[in-house]
Formats: sequence, structure tokens, C-alpha cells
Amino acid sequence: MNADPIGVLTGSHYLDGDHSCSEGAIAAGCRFSAGYPITPSTEVVERLASRFPRVGGRFQQFEDELAASIAVLGAVWGGAKAVTVTSGPGFSLMMEHIGLAAITECPVVYINVQRGGPSTGLPTQPAQGDMMQARFGSHGDYRLIALCPNSPQECFDLTLRAFNLAEEYRVPVVVMLDEVVGHMTEKVVIPPADQIEVTPRRYTSKKPGDFKLFEAAEGSLVPEMVKAGDGYRVHVTGLTHDERGYPAMNVVAQDKMVKRQFAKIVENADKIITFEEKNLLGAEAVVVSFGITSRIAEKGMQLAREKGAKVGSFRLITAWPFPEKQIIELSKKVKAFVVPELNMGQMSLEVERLAAGRCRTIPVLHAGGTVHNPEVIAEAILEAVR
Amino acid sequence: MGPTEIKIGGLGGQGVILAGIIIGKAAALYDNKHSALTQAFGPEARGSACSAQVVVDEDPILYPYVQKPHLMVSMSQDAFVKFAPELREDGTLLIEEELVKPQGLPKGVKVFAVPATRIAEELGKKMVLNIVMVGFFTAISGVVSEEAARKAVTDTVPPSTIDLNIKAFERGFAHGKKLLAKA
Repeated sequence: MNADPIGVLTGSHYLDGDHSCSEGAIAAGCRFSAGYPITPSTEVVERLASRFPRVGGRFQQFEDELAASIAVLGAVWGGAKAVTVTSGPGFSLMMEHIGLAAITECPVVYINVQRGGPSTGLPTQPAQGDMMQARFGSHGDYRLIALCPNSPQECFDLTLRAFNLAEEYRVPVVVMLDEVVGHMTEKVVIPPADQIEVTPRRYTSKKPGDFKLFEAAEGSLVPEMVKAGDGYRVHVTGLTHDERGYPAMNVVAQDKMVKRQFAKIVENADKIITFEEKNLLGAEAVVVSFGITSRIAEKGMQLAREKGAKVGSFRLITAWPFPEKQIIELSKKVKAFVVPELNMGQMSLEVERLAAGRCRTIPVLHAGGTVHNPEVIAEAILEAVR
Repeated sequence: MGPTEIKIGGLGGQGVILAGIIIGKAAALYDNKHSALTQAFGPEARGSACSAQVVVDEDPILYPYVQKPHLMVSMSQDAFVKFAPELREDGTLLIEEELVKPQGLPKGVKVFAVPATRIAEELGKKMVLNIVMVGFFTAISGVVSEEAARKAVTDTVPPSTIDLNIKAFERGFAHGKKLLAKA
């Protein structure tokens, strides 16, 4: 279906990434946000708080990130599309409820504008150090989806897509900005509402009694949903549960539940994963990058090409699930991957694992606080093609 | 051509960031160029010298930070002292004539001055000094077109203040053109 025009600010705007996320959420039909504002993500909720009353939505500030991150789950079960927004310290507190969202298959969106860490770290400066936390931060085995915008425009596009993916797969989706993308202002084009595709919640047409909240819909791995108040008796728990949602703490139920929840992401990975490839034909080295670092890397590639390097680019737009097939294929063709990131080695580990010794992986690591010097990336590329 | 780097500095409250937004918006939305605005975030953003940084380019912008500005606007002495060392040796400096006394600049730097605060006061509101500066910047730099800058002023300021702000823009623009004609 198309976006509700009431929430869509069609036109060209000069927006920062944070504000653009808010507009993407509103366009997607999000009408509830709970938050505990934190730099550098505060502008997202500021804008939601200001815009929601005009589109029938509601923002509520809570006492902390624990409360905010579970309030959004309540809102989803009440029928809303909901988002909470944070940065590193808050993201750590939200891990408990990301796990709960995963096991209860709650379609909810988390936005994390990454700053330097660990702990309170560098409140106003960028990093990309929460990438593995986004994947593995909550305990137990689960899979979620994480997206990495590299511009204010993509903050709109990918926040919108995050809501659509959440509904499509009944899964928590994390939008992983970094401080630079969140705070930089660029042109953002918001299309007309009738050109914005919005995935509605998949409510069941089955009658109460026939419907099971955690039974995969026919021909799918994803169960349908119901809304509180619609007459269905449902049970939603963080304990391992059967298809009705009732606790079933045994090996068989655990196996079935965890494996289906994995499968709905793993088996649909090709539909979920997006990336951007450039100049791969004849490339001897490929730079794998994401977020703001992908733009700095582009500059580094220009410098390296001036010195004769044949280098291509593979930009992660979906961080999780990871584009495993693509990296494996590329590893058969190139001398090396160069992986710049604003952390001490996270996505580069994944690249190295998939390259499996077929080619080198050269991480270009930076502890955060600012972006890379493009020349450092260029040097790594020149080393890679040597 | 490559990117043009612009740094606007002044005191918190002078409308430094808004001036940056208007220049960036003029380039990105009305001149069909690309622009990226970044701001210094941190304790220094309150009270003392603060800055807005804008990169303008024909091509998509890769590196969003300003490193060696081609153009610098200084609206306070503090901002001048703090940021002027970053200016390119052949750069252009635009100053608030009565608030900034430039010293120690490399020979190649061209300096243009406008009494933006006094002009704003003559118009009845000291607040619009940043828009006087935007007009002055538009005339001197040519980085954004006059038409684009006017549109950006119009759709950025509160609707009830458009007339006043456009007057401020025109006064700054005229002052810049006058200086260029003399130069």
C-alpha cells in the first residue's frame, strides 16, 4: 500500500540525517515513539515530538532506555508502528528488549546513532563501534536486520525500509547511523505519498480459536499478527513458546522456535540484503565499507586510482544479514579486501571469515572521534594491489 | 573545480548556523549543486565562538568536513582568532567590520568587510545581521547565485519576517557588489 499522505513532507529539503530518519519513520506510518534522548540521536526524537501531534502520533519520554525500549513493544502489540532512538549507552540498555522483540517476533524499529565508546565515550563524536552489538548484543540466538545509511537521503530511505522489513518479517530492525551521518545536513528528496510503498501489518483473517500467533503463515516462515482488543486471546512471552505463544520449555519447542526464527531471515537473505557495487570490473582490490566511512573510502579510492590502483567498491547497505555470497564470490577474484571502519575491527572480521584465506583482508581501523584520513585508506589500497 | 570549503564563525546567538543552512540550502536546493553542512558540536557551541561548515561542489560530496576553507566568514573577534589559522593562504575572508579586527593574515588572503550589525540595526532588528552577511557572502563569493540565496532566505526564516530578512539580504548584497566594483 501507499504511504498516508498526511505524514509525508513531499519535496526537496535541506535536512540532517537525524531529522531525515524522523521523516522516514513518519512516512512509513510510525505513530508512536518512546525515548530517552541522548546525543547524537536527540534530533530524531525532537522532530518526532514536534511532528507527531500534527499527524495523530505520540512521543513519550521515559525515565530511561529500558522503559523506552519496552514501551515501543507495547505500542506495537497495541497496533501502532513504533520506534525508539538512542546512541551507544542507551543501546546497551536496550539489548534486553531487543531480545524480547526477537523472541516475540515484534515488528519494531530501533535507531542507533553511533558515537565513540565504550560506555559514555565520546558523546558528540562519531564511531561505528556498535556493529557487532547490533548483531549479537542480546543474549541467546536470534537474527535481526540492520541497515547502514551513508547520507541524510538514505536516512529517510532506510528508516522507511526498516519499518517495511520489520512488518514483512516480524522482526526487530535496527537503523545504524553514525554521528556524522546523523548530524550532517544535505539535500533530502521525499517523494509523493503515492510513490512510497509501505508494508502494512499482516493481520490474520483467521477467526479467534483458529489462529495461532506464532504459527508461520501458509507458504511463509513468518506468522501473522493480531491487535490487542480485536477479540483474540493471545499470550506473548519471553519464554520459549509453542505456536500458540504459551511457554513450552522443552527441547522440541526450543528447536522449532529458534530455527524458524533464524530461517525467516536466513532463507530470505537475498531479498533483504542490499549493497552498492562500483568499479568492480577488473578490480584487484575491493574496499568494503559502510556508513560515513564509505564516503571517505570513495575519496581514498580516487587518490589510489590516481596512483594506478585498480580498486572497486562494495558498500554495505544491509549490515545484517551480511552479504556472505557476494563477499565469497569477490574473494575469488581479487587480491585483497580493504575494510576501513570507525572501530577496532568488527565488519572486517566478517569479511576475513568469508574470504577464508582466498584473498587478503586489510582492515583500516580507527578508534573513532572523527572520520578516517582518506590518504590512509588510499595507502592501504596501494598496499593491497601491490 | 573540486569542492569549495566554507567556514562561518561567530558568537552563539548571531545566527551562525542559520547562515550556514541558508548558504548550503541555496546551493543544494536552488543551484542544483551538492552541499553538506556540518557543525561543531560540543561545549564550545554555547556562548563562545561557534561555527558552521559548508562544502559546496558540482559533484556529490564525499568528505563532509571543512579542512582548509577557501572562504571564511568571521562575525566576532573570538571566531576570527579561533578559526582564521585554518584559512587557505589564498583564501577570502569576510568580516563583520566593526566586530573583527583582522591581524596576522597571510599576504594572499583577500579581506572584505561589511558593517552587518549596523546595517541590521538600521533595518530595525539587530538579529538579521546574519542575513546581511549571507547577502554580502553571496555577492562577494559567487558560490551561490543571488536568486538561489534569496529563495533559501525566504523559505528558511519565519514567514512573518521574510520582508525584513530580504531587505537585510539586499543591503548585504549591495554592499558586496559596491566593494567588488571598487576593487
